[in-house]
Amino acid sequence: MEMAPIQDSRGSERATILEMRGISQIFPGVKALDGVNISLHPGEVTALIGENGAGKSTLVKILTGIYVPSEGEIFIDGQPVSFASAQDAVDAGVTAIHQETVLFDELSVAENIFLGHAPRTRFGLIDWKTMNARAGELLHVLESEIDPTIRLKDLSIAQRHLVAIARALSVEAQIVIMDEPTAALSRKEIDDLFRIVEGLKRQGKAILFISHKFDEVYEIAENFVVFRDGRAVGHGRLAETPQDTIVRMMVGRDVSNIFPKVEVAIGKTVLSVENYCHPTEYRDISFDLKRGEILGVYGLVGAGRSEICQSLFGVTRPSSGRLVLEGETLEIRSPRDAIAAGIVYVPEERGRHGLALPMPIFQNMSLPSLARTSRSGFLKAANELALARKYAERLDLRAAALSVPVGTLSGGNQQKVVIGKWLATLPKVIILDEPTKGIDIGSKAAVHGFISELAAEGLSIIMVSSELPEILGVSDRVLVMREGLSAGVFDRSELSAETLVRAATGNA
Amino acid sequence: MKKLLKHRELLLVGIIAIMVAGFATRAPGFATPGNLANIFNDTSILIILALGQMTVILTKSIDLSVAANLAFTGMAVAMMDAAYPGMPLALLVILAVGIGAALGAINGMLVWWLRIPPIVVTLGTLTIYRGMAFVLSGGAWVNSHQMTPGFLNFPRLPVLGMPLLSWMAIAIVLMMWVVLTRTQFGRATYASGGNPTAAVYAGIDIGRTRFFAFTLSGALAGLAGYLWVSRYAVAYVDVAAGFELDTVAACVIGGISIAGGIGTVAGAVLGALFLGVIKNALPVIGISPFAQMAISGIVIVAAVVFNARAERKAGRIILRDRGAKEVSA
Repeated sequence: MEMAPIQDSRGSERATILEMRGISQIFPGVKALDGVNISLHPGEVTALIGENGAGKSTLVKILTGIYVPSEGEIFIDGQPVSFASAQDAVDAGVTAIHQETVLFDELSVAENIFLGHAPRTRFGLIDWKTMNARAGELLHVLESEIDPTIRLKDLSIAQRHLVAIARALSVEAQIVIMDEPTAALSRKEIDDLFRIVEGLKRQGKAILFISHKFDEVYEIAENFVVFRDGRAVGHGRLAETPQDTIVRMMVGRDVSNIFPKVEVAIGKTVLSVENYCHPTEYRDISFDLKRGEILGVYGLVGAGRSEICQSLFGVTRPSSGRLVLEGETLEIRSPRDAIAAGIVYVPEERGRHGLALPMPIFQNMSLPSLARTSRSGFLKAANELALARKYAERLDLRAAALSVPVGTLSGGNQQKVVIGKWLATLPKVIILDEPTKGIDIGSKAAVHGFISELAAEGLSIIMVSSELPEILGVSDRVLVMREGLSAGVFDRSELSAETLVRAATGNA
Repeated sequence: MKKLLKHRELLLVGIIAIMVAGFATRAPGFATPGNLANIFNDTSILIILALGQMTVILTKSIDLSVAANLAFTGMAVAMMDAAYPGMPLALLVILAVGIGAALGAINGMLVWWLRIPPIVVTLGTLTIYRGMAFVLSGGAWVNSHQMTPGFLNFPRLPVLGMPLLSWMAIAIVLMMWVVLTRTQFGRATYASGGNPTAAVYAGIDIGRTRFFAFTLSGALAGLAGYLWVSRYAVAYVDVAAGFELDTVAACVIGGISIAGGIGTVAGAVLGALFLGVIKNALPVIGISPFAQMAISGIVIVAAVVFNARAERKAGRIILRDRGAKEVSA
């Protein structure tokens, strides 16, 4: 494992509150974290940087007691600790402000802040007076005058965020984790948040700050750690490290040889999307897709990639814009329309969106193709089985029989059923949303080979992915999205990891 | 899982057989073919209603208005028969199915267009349809002497040794088996309940599927309305009060998952027969009606527990070696 050696000018005499040594987290088939070391220091902010899927969230879950690491040790103030539950982590002085804060609309501000650890009276009942007073104090420290007795649903998004922060600070914590705290905030609100962070620093708390945005990281943090593929590949002090160095660490390895790109003759334009807009998710998205072409769609989580794909597939509808498929302007109102037109979507969450688990394999596979396998409204099981058998063979699906429920298959085989089901509709355009998410490295190459094969057969492919090597290795062109807008379309000749990361993070 | 389901239906057949044998030791003549045919005939209406209920439950919904629908439709056709004795019976039966289907379609539209939860919709229409039966009849009864002989005798006509009512139940069972296993609509009901999101992604309109399921359930309830008033030779507002719960119970006992997407026609029929046997047997061996209700209740709870266990087994298997074992088992 290569470790970018960046010298710490102050050396190691700084006090350390939290130290994680050799932390690994192994899930079936995937090593989410691999021997990670991290230290946090009082009064300092450490930024945790990395692509989606680099292992940041896993680390947060270990620190907050949701996962127990497979290997490694955690020390707080030099004492070894282990968290068997979220409560253990809170008791040890670790608190977290999550990306998506879980709060209760119908409860008051004070109740939200103290849920689960409300002050009690002598009789064991909730001490409302003390609770409201303490909630007021906490909010006051955050320079906010929100009334602790009003219902949460009457607050703005930014105010809710403050309540979430107050909740995190309502327990005695020396270590504060902030998981993309600025994602939903405006610039002014971010400034307010940073003032709060400065206040926490002065109180001597150690802060782990997770963000994609370089400008924020440089503004607020002293130290950084870069994660890539579950490893800590670099750490140091931000003041001494230029952005380019960090981008290189994030991107890391030479990607050109990992996924052999098959050269495919690219034909005429099949699909044109012109100025697609949605009231809240994305705006002015335009691109073309040619026969045999693989268009990568890259961006950070929440950049609007899946949302635009769902509109192409008719799950949601754009507010304006035009879609032209093979020279014909179409209005796609439902997935049914999309399937009929030859556009299909293989969703990211195969369990939730892809399969009816109690139903047999062949019925899942034939579900979108029933119009073709049926005769005058009556199902023909023989046709369905033939269809399923064809794609099961092609995808090397391992199952005892095609009549067993999909729920009994392993994850990889379930993925094959989903892909087979969509190929069986004989589509012109296939949209793959994170096709290799949760798949181990070895199988990834097989999936990429298969995608190239489909392109060679004349299918046009849109591949949404958060993984740079995958985007760079497989795509002919890449559409980069940032905060719901197009950040550019790049040809294969101009593709480089740095270009894409810069476009996606807005760090021009 | 399929094995388990098959196993489960065989199990139900076994339990019913044991019950019949057990009752026969206490009440001689219980297990004679004639008595069994009677039990089947008695259960016919429940079977018809349970199959409609099953279709609705498969789509992750529930229809609590079936018994009220039956009462209104039964009242309507009984009054028509009494008022216009010249009306052909075929027309009355078609009207019963049509009125029932219309009431079912109202449920379906409220669920589809207004997106109101099915349990709330049908809880409301349950009361409304009973109320309509009251308004229609003014609270009066239609008695057997007011009905025409043709209207009354039709379900009792013996064909090949069994009353026509039994034959109608058999015909509906076959029809529902074809609808649920051999048509796109049938597949759509399983998919809509099995995983609604995946169904939408596969181009299935869940709302429309539910609408048709409710309409079908209503049509069967309408048919059952005629059969009921004709068989019992009386129509009044409280006909079949609470019977909607029997239809749900039959489905649950028969292994129809209340969460939708799982269940077979054979299961629903066996569930209904199970209840039919208990209802017929307990009075014969001298058990009070109150104990009957308690026994039915215990059986329902036991069936739900059994279902929950079966479904948990069908969950995703993360451990690969276990998954392989499950598949090859």
